[in-house]
Amino acid sequence: MQNTRKIGKSSWVFKENIRIQASAAVAGPMEGNGKLSHSYDLIYDNLYAGQDTWEQAERKMLEDAVETAIKKADLTSEEIDVYLAGDLLNQNISASFSAKAEKIPFIGMYGACSSSMLTLSVAATLVEGGFARYALAGVSSHNCTAERQYRYPTEYGGQKPNTAQWTATGAGAAIIGIGGTGPRIQYATIGIVTDLGIKNPFDMGSAMAPAAAKTMQTHFEDTGRKPKDYDLIVTGDLASIGAPILKELLSNEGYKLGEQYQDCGLMIYSQDQEVFAGGSGCASSAIVTYGHILQQMMLKKYKKVLVVATGALLSPISYQQGEPIPCIAHAVAIEMDET
Amino acid sequence: MPDTNDQMQKQREEQYKVIAKKHQPKPKVWINSLKAFVVGGSICMLGQGISNMYVTFFGFKPEKAGDPTVATLIFISCLLTGLGVYDKIGQWAGAGTSVPVTGFANSICSAALEHQSEGYVLGVGGNMFKLAGAVIVFGTVAAFFVGIIHTLIIPIFQ
Repeated sequence: MQNTRKIGKSSWVFKENIRIQASAAVAGPMEGNGKLSHSYDLIYDNLYAGQDTWEQAERKMLEDAVETAIKKADLTSEEIDVYLAGDLLNQNISASFSAKAEKIPFIGMYGACSSSMLTLSVAATLVEGGFARYALAGVSSHNCTAERQYRYPTEYGGQKPNTAQWTATGAGAAIIGIGGTGPRIQYATIGIVTDLGIKNPFDMGSAMAPAAAKTMQTHFEDTGRKPKDYDLIVTGDLASIGAPILKELLSNEGYKLGEQYQDCGLMIYSQDQEVFAGGSGCASSAIVTYGHILQQMMLKKYKKVLVVATGALLSPISYQQGEPIPCIAHAVAIEMDET
Repeated sequence: MPDTNDQMQKQREEQYKVIAKKHQPKPKVWINSLKAFVVGGSICMLGQGISNMYVTFFGFKPEKAGDPTVATLIFISCLLTGLGVYDKIGQWAGAGTSVPVTGFANSICSAALEHQSEGYVLGVGGNMFKLAGAVIVFGTVAAFFVGIIHTLIIPIFQ
């Protein structure tokens, strides 16, 4: 096959000048008080975001992120050819409702918390292939909507273990197009579903670490790059338990992650915020990447970044039936021009 | 060869368990038990105080004071749930706040609050006992068997 964009086992290389035209991050109250508060475009200081229900609040945040990104790219929604979005709720409902508001041709995608990089890499692919001039990728999550769907009522007084994670509230969106001076999307590595027998839904870090390790290893093998080729490698939401496990798994395979490795779930909140092992959810990787990281790249603080969004693909029924947690991770390599 | 595949997966799972275990914090069983003991005990003491109050000031007989006492505890628990405090106490106290009747009230009240957005019939009515239902079912089943044992065994000693 000539002119193939596939390299190695499961990586894609983008040969056109695929760049992020603009991005936006919308955060909830806890996130707005966290370590990266300066990097969000919009912060809601109330979990309802002026709506009647949490579900509507999540949808509102996604719509806000999308609209802000479009505005920042100096485009109109008619100029966006396709909108790819995902969230954590049943039937991808927040994404669908946000698409109804935006009236852009819509593809709903589900990859749990990995949806951010899943939608971003597919959006880049559609632009690369000429199917869209501009493609929009967006994701959202909300602590309370996720809590009630996956776990217990939010006011239920059950004790959570330290291995639990805090679903981040917020939404992120990015617009992909050809040309410009923004961060360039170089590679995407699509992960495979992995599970190593972890069944505890209150320990997603341990469950997802092997998937992240697998995708990163594949990425390094496929592209011939090494961890030290990147100024920053971030995982989406492995948090304080998954992140050290990932480091150990990769070091067993001969890849040393040094100081440049961070986890979005550990970057959002400050020390005194009660979030157990750290943040999780689609918003975890999205608000950090589409806010903080891309801003730092524009400032040339980071030149080459690898974002590995991790997702636990469980359903509330699957874990009650005793199934292990199926996990996935997708990696996207984003870089600035050398000048 | 599904057998060897299964075996390989099992082996990988075992190896992974060893790696993951190093990084997973151990549950603090002793400190959690102590907190549960202190908080659970305090709730029971509060209940006893309320019961004494009903006996002393409202003229209830001691054996009849239980009903208003339980109702009062349930009221306090639901109020704290509605104010968004009970879950924070519960995170600290663990079994101390979930085992007494206040925990049962919290499980019903929190579910009712949560599902209000889906309407009163399908939301509140249909989901109120989502968590408490299991307690009621197995409580009734246990009571049934204890009742049978009681009926069969007590006459032997009479």
